[in-house]
Amino acid sequence: MARAISTRRKLTFTAIGWLVGFVIFFPILWTVITSFKTEGEAIASPPHFLFFDWTLDSYAEVQSRSNYLKHVMNSVIISFGSTFIALLIAIPAAWAMAFSPTKRTKDILMWMLSTKMLPPVGVLVPIYLLYRDWGLLDTRLGLVIVLTMINLPIIVWMLYTYFKEIPGEILEASRMDGASLAKEIIYVLTPMAVPGIASTLLLNIILAWNEAFWTLNLTAANAAPLTAFIASYSSPEGLFWAKLSAASTLAIAPILILGWFSQRQLVRGLTFGAVK
Amino acid sequence: MGSITLEKVSKSFGTTKVIPQIDLDIADGEFVVFVGPSGCGKSTLLRIIAGLEDATDGTIRIDGADATREAPAKRGLSMVFQSYALYPHMSVYGNIAFPLKMAGEAKATIDDKVRGAAKVLNLTDYLDRKPRQLSGGQRQRVAIGRAIVRQPKAFLFDEPLSNLDAALRVNMRLEISELHHQLKTTMIYVTHDQVEAMTMADKIVVLNAGRIEQVGSPLELYRNPKNLFVAGFIGSPKMNLISGAAAAKENAATIGVRPEHIGLSKTEGPWQGKVTVVEHLGADTFVHADVDGVGPVTARAPGEFPVKHGEQVFLTPEAGKIYRFGDNGAAL
Amino acid sequence: MATLQTRSAARLMMSPAVLLLFAWMIVPLAMTLYFSFLRYNLLMPGMEEWAGTLNYHYFLTDPAFGTALLNTLLLVGGVLLITLAGGTLLALLLDQPFFGQGIVRLLVIAPFFVMPTVSALVWKNMLMHPVYGIFAWIARSLGLQPVDWLNNLPLFSVTMIVAWQWLPFATLILLTALQSLDEEQKEAAEMDGAGPISRFVYIVLPHLARAMTVVVLIETIFLLSVFAEILVTTNGGPGNESTNITYLVYAQALLQFDVGGASAGGIVAVILANLVAIFLIRLIGKNLEA
Repeated sequence: MARAISTRRKLTFTAIGWLVGFVIFFPILWTVITSFKTEGEAIASPPHFLFFDWTLDSYAEVQSRSNYLKHVMNSVIISFGSTFIALLIAIPAAWAMAFSPTKRTKDILMWMLSTKMLPPVGVLVPIYLLYRDWGLLDTRLGLVIVLTMINLPIIVWMLYTYFKEIPGEILEASRMDGASLAKEIIYVLTPMAVPGIASTLLLNIILAWNEAFWTLNLTAANAAPLTAFIASYSSPEGLFWAKLSAASTLAIAPILILGWFSQRQLVRGLTFGAVK
Repeated sequence: MGSITLEKVSKSFGTTKVIPQIDLDIADGEFVVFVGPSGCGKSTLLRIIAGLEDATDGTIRIDGADATREAPAKRGLSMVFQSYALYPHMSVYGNIAFPLKMAGEAKATIDDKVRGAAKVLNLTDYLDRKPRQLSGGQRQRVAIGRAIVRQPKAFLFDEPLSNLDAALRVNMRLEISELHHQLKTTMIYVTHDQVEAMTMADKIVVLNAGRIEQVGSPLELYRNPKNLFVAGFIGSPKMNLISGAAAAKENAATIGVRPEHIGLSKTEGPWQGKVTVVEHLGADTFVHADVDGVGPVTARAPGEFPVKHGEQVFLTPEAGKIYRFGDNGAAL
Repeated sequence: MATLQTRSAARLMMSPAVLLLFAWMIVPLAMTLYFSFLRYNLLMPGMEEWAGTLNYHYFLTDPAFGTALLNTLLLVGGVLLITLAGGTLLALLLDQPFFGQGIVRLLVIAPFFVMPTVSALVWKNMLMHPVYGIFAWIARSLGLQPVDWLNNLPLFSVTMIVAWQWLPFATLILLTALQSLDEEQKEAAEMDGAGPISRFVYIVLPHLARAMTVVVLIETIFLLSVFAEILVTTNGGPGNESTNITYLVYAQALLQFDVGGASAGGIVAVILANLVAIFLIRLIGKNLEA
């Protein structure tokens, strides 16, 4: 393991690494920079990279013109709400699958996975019509329900793989010590699984925050989360780049930070435990 | 307060019968060891007694009352697991207090009992530590502490020493024996190590393939093994089991002689052989020899026995210490 | 490993998740299937009638379907190609020790966390715009004619955007796999006289094969349903040039209100996705046993 790496080699890779990283990150960086420009600066040619009058006008503008905070709230409620509800449903299910497996457990897990592979257009029409009839179109509740359901399989799977790593003997010890099932889950399993539960939570908030099929198709002005709100910038061509950038920066910043924290879990969650 | 009776207990997983049928009486205060090779069903049997596993059929009585369908917590038994199964997120104190908390005892009572147990087990200085900050032996003691505070009707030990290194294992073996003398509570102890069984048990239950081969005190099993399996399993080094012409002479299918019941000589004896390996342990010498017409035989000589690989030795099985077994493996 | 009591408790605790998901999957899917055999347009309420397989006939013979199918395949294939090749190179790069490795790693995975509508709009406006975009500026600086990406190369442009979003995913998974490679195995190969290239071909690549399969399968599942990126950049156009199956079904349902036709399209999409899903489920199922 510990072998000397020549400084030259290290410097070469440093240069290549940072160049590649910069290129890949550039669109995001550019968005952030543009968000501090005026609309005129934003479309200046040749583009101004750093030397311009930095201003927060676009941020103020975004809020005053379109009640931006309402959409932020929608995003927060929808992503956090759906994740928490799914977690409440998933923890007992994952407990059962991990600690009391039967011959059918594997089939059930596989079947849950398969629901995740159902393309959304396959059920777009009936969901749309049902929602229309039930008055759920363009409501936060409607989206919370959809996102709970589409993330439930991932949550069950992730929790299952985390729970599997907890030795069953510890839960049995608690049973011997007189803990009821509820106490076993609350006092023993959950505290032990906190890291796993937290990363499951994190990843699914990210996924729900960025979900852009159902949020676009089932909402209008009212319940639109940021994904759908920002899509509304697609029509007026060319004129609102600074504001688009400001809105985008705010929409991606929190999730980018969460995402950076959860990179490891991301792999595990999105591959259903196939790659750890 | 702590007798356990198994009546016609059997266990199947799907179609495989792990335990065909077992009857067993464990008296109050007894130290019973279940011993057998891995996969013999000894742990399953313990888990059935604990209530962590259902018996497929049969009845388990604890102090005479039917406990077969009782939840583990209701049986009044404590268990020490092979992996210790300590709660990693709780301190030593929290671990030992957990069963009392679950039983809804008052804070002051809990505190008294936990500190009392910690004192007995030399854990007082470690009460605030988390399990991962403890050594293997300390963890083991915490697991025992967690088991004793409940004042159970019986303790169940599931191979509790197998994760410890050899020196520590001997120490803990003594501590557990001592604990039994102090508490005088029934203990059921599962192990695959016959030395543990011999040294600790009042009563040994030898299991093989889910069947009880023999039940008895350590010396009973040593002196009168009922069959080939017990003969081969109890005692170290293993009993020499010899079949063929040498056995036929004794009117048996197989004869057995313990290594310690074979005299060694460089000059004379009925069996003549060539030394293959010599193990000098200081107090004893184990001589493995290839005996003409008999096969490989191990003999144990007290003290030092000066012999080298390849040399000739003569072996003399002690009269009256030769075990005879029939075709079906049962002792004759 | 449990008693009757725990087993029945387990069944009880599993049932909400199972029942909810079952309802979520079966009810709408059955409705889609049913609608797909109806003549049913939201603009003509009350006129529903049995249409047999007519909707399928129309959907499958519509030239737009052929285009959309081809576009879907090109989009999925293109993104897979870029992300696998790029992801392997990036993973190898990030596996090397260099200054600021951790930060570069964060920069590289960042695009994955950008919501699809944002990345699509940023690329469309600020990078690909034929007059004010960065690409146009670069082209002019090099004395070239700027390209009107989204009008002239719509599918290629969408592919680029989607590949940028998924490159981090491939990189991260391949990097994880790379780092799980036993160091001793590489050292053993080195002792056996394998040079860096043969080490890569005989040791590293086979080790990555499984992770690559996972990347291909999972990306395929998601890429078959690319939607937002098309909606906010090209609206499937010009013409049908950047319409994929998902977008085609969406257009039929929510732009033309043809419930029957859209449902038939939805069922076709489900069947296509299942072809991939079967492989993925087998692979993960195998892993579950290990």
